Amino acid sequence: MKLTGAQIVWEMLRREGVEVVFGIPGGAIMHTYHPRSEYGIRHVLVRHEQGAAHAADGYARASGKVGVAIATSGPGATNLVTGIATAMMDSSPIICITGQVASPLIGTDAFQETDITGITLPITKHNYLVTDVAELAGVIHKAFYIASHGRPGPVLIDLPKDVQQTETEFIPPQKGVNLTQHAYRNSSDPSDAVYRAAELINSSERPVILAGHGILMAEAGGILREFAEKIDSPVAVTLLGKGGFPASHRMYLGMMGMHGDAEANRAIQEADLLIALGMRFDDRVTGDLSRFAPHARKVHVDLDAAELNKIVTVDVAVQADVRKTLSALIPLVEPRGRDKWHKLVREWWKESRDLDLIHRSGDGRLTVPHVIDAIWRSTDGQAIVVTDVGQHQMWAAQYYRMDQPNAFITSGGLGTMGFGLPAAIGAQIASPDAEVWVVVGDGGIQMTVQELATVVQERLPLRIALCNNGYLGMVRQWQEMFYDKRYESTQLVNPDFVKLAEAYGVRAWRADNREDQARAIAAAREHPGPTLIDFQVAKEGEEGNVYPMVPAGAALHEMIRRPLPTRAGKA
Amino acid sequence: MKRTLIARVEDKPGVLNHVASLFRRRAFNIESLTVGHTETHGVSRMTIVVDSTRTDAEKVAQNLAKLVNVILVEDVSDAPAVMRDLALIKVKTPDSRARAEMMQIVDTFRARAVDVGVETLIVEATGTEEKVDGLVDVLGPFGIVEMVRTGRVAMVRGKRVNKGENE
Repeated sequence: MKLTGAQIVWEMLRREGVEVVFGIPGGAIMHTYHPRSEYGIRHVLVRHEQGAAHAADGYARASGKVGVAIATSGPGATNLVTGIATAMMDSSPIICITGQVASPLIGTDAFQETDITGITLPITKHNYLVTDVAELAGVIHKAFYIASHGRPGPVLIDLPKDVQQTETEFIPPQKGVNLTQHAYRNSSDPSDAVYRAAELINSSERPVILAGHGILMAEAGGILREFAEKIDSPVAVTLLGKGGFPASHRMYLGMMGMHGDAEANRAIQEADLLIALGMRFDDRVTGDLSRFAPHARKVHVDLDAAELNKIVTVDVAVQADVRKTLSALIPLVEPRGRDKWHKLVREWWKESRDLDLIHRSGDGRLTVPHVIDAIWRSTDGQAIVVTDVGQHQMWAAQYYRMDQPNAFITSGGLGTMGFGLPAAIGAQIASPDAEVWVVVGDGGIQMTVQELATVVQERLPLRIALCNNGYLGMVRQWQEMFYDKRYESTQLVNPDFVKLAEAYGVRAWRADNREDQARAIAAAREHPGPTLIDFQVAKEGEEGNVYPMVPAGAALHEMIRRPLPTRAGKA
Repeated sequence: MKRTLIARVEDKPGVLNHVASLFRRRAFNIESLTVGHTETHGVSRMTIVVDSTRTDAEKVAQNLAKLVNVILVEDVSDAPAVMRDLALIKVKTPDSRARAEMMQIVDTFRARAVDVGVETLIVEATGTEEKVDGLVDVLGPFGIVEMVRTGRVAMVRGKRVNKGENE
């Protein structure tokens, strides 16, 4: 069967099980677009290529499958870069296919030529410039394998125009890819490490399990629960590990780190053993490294050998799949109760509850914690929540209590403002029957607001909760706390977001008090199409700041807590 | 402490770029890097020397192993291995006396004179870095016009019945 390079792209995407791609056509890729409709693969036309990469990422995170983005050469390709870097940092499997100028023109500074394989070298797991159409099918098959196997990540395939146009005999690549998975082995024996880990666990009095993104990717939530219950250990999650352990479980500590739950951070600082599973000790997690978990021995399980002993030097490092490791560990660990440890954690939890903003009566003014809590209650914790980056992201992580995996989608490692809306497009397409809430700030939404047009064109019933405080809020909070309240370049003169949304065809409401908040959430949930609620929330001060907060350079237990209300009546 | 890594990599365009990009991105400090063909068609071999006081060789190995085009990485620092550096050194030889003196030094170091010009001589030396360093020190006073060194290449020794033979 003779096929052009363009046809091979779709033929191979179909064979890899792709149902939808996100992209924008352009001069150097339109030849590939041309035969698409003959292959039954849906194309979602985004409004900026960054949106295509984020949507593919959101699709991948919600579905567990590989997401695909397509863009043209030059600016189309460079616009993908932020999305690729985001996927790289959060180990999200996406494939980006870019058009390139025809092979004879490469290196001549041709119109819309850019060296995208050079540019994306450090932010892709691997990339390809295909110069021979005979190699194309094999490259696409390998790209899917690389993106989704081991520690997942983005793969880019750059396709010169002539390669798209050239016909060749299509030979389906052999299933399976022969890649060296373990090109380097140090001398330590992983099964020995598991025994040593079990010994440390059995002899510990105050263990804490740190559950990361790896739990979700290894689909290890069930076995983690079994393990945690057997050793009776509390579990803290990372931002990307949310949903890896049920928030409603009695041993759930909450999120760890800079804006983590106080009891999680305190437990880490008091623990005599950390069992870190599929996480990488990000600096937002550890606080001051030299004083991180000072009393704890450390066991670290990660698929990626390069993560072991990278930031935190551990007592036992296990380079293995976290699910397999847990199933090997369970028979080796002794069941036991740790009532004293749980009692201590319980006291910290009570203290946190007393400081919690949503348990205070307040003056009816809206705060983001109230907004998230209300959405959590009305959706019964069952929604997929996609966030942008900033204060609202931390509040969403704190207050949307998640029991199920792959339902909290956020840009963790790169912290990409503008991620939320396009990623939610991907998540809603991956889960058409799910209720998807997009939690965004007034700063971040404007970085990719044009994707509202995509939402409407694709008729996606996204519910957008815009937490509008008129500031780049997280930066403003730092300015308030550490930069003499000088709000340098953080105040936003915003458009009327209700009008803006309506102009795109998105039904919108505004809410500035709790009654309107409840009404708007109910109305948005009733409405069959896309909706946006402009929540006018506290701008600054105690109600406008995210607590707890571990300031830069501080240890986890030195977090700044929410102040107690000072005057009666103003509580 | 210098550590020596050997990486077998696919012989494809862009592979060196991937490796170099990794070193730059992770701020790995590399003392030397040599690349060449191997006994296997399509496979190149890199010898990478890392100063372990500045860069963790284990981390370099682990990160190299993650690159798709890297087939095998070994740290041969603690294995019995032959380590060699090749140098071409062009030295001033203004007169026949200097030339004669030079030839003696070349002999002592088991190096070779590979080009004799009117005013210069090219010495080819192979050996451990220390040996080549020693030769460079001795030739220095004559006036080194030009020098090129390959950086270290390494190969693990075969199994031995009797221990003892060293060089």
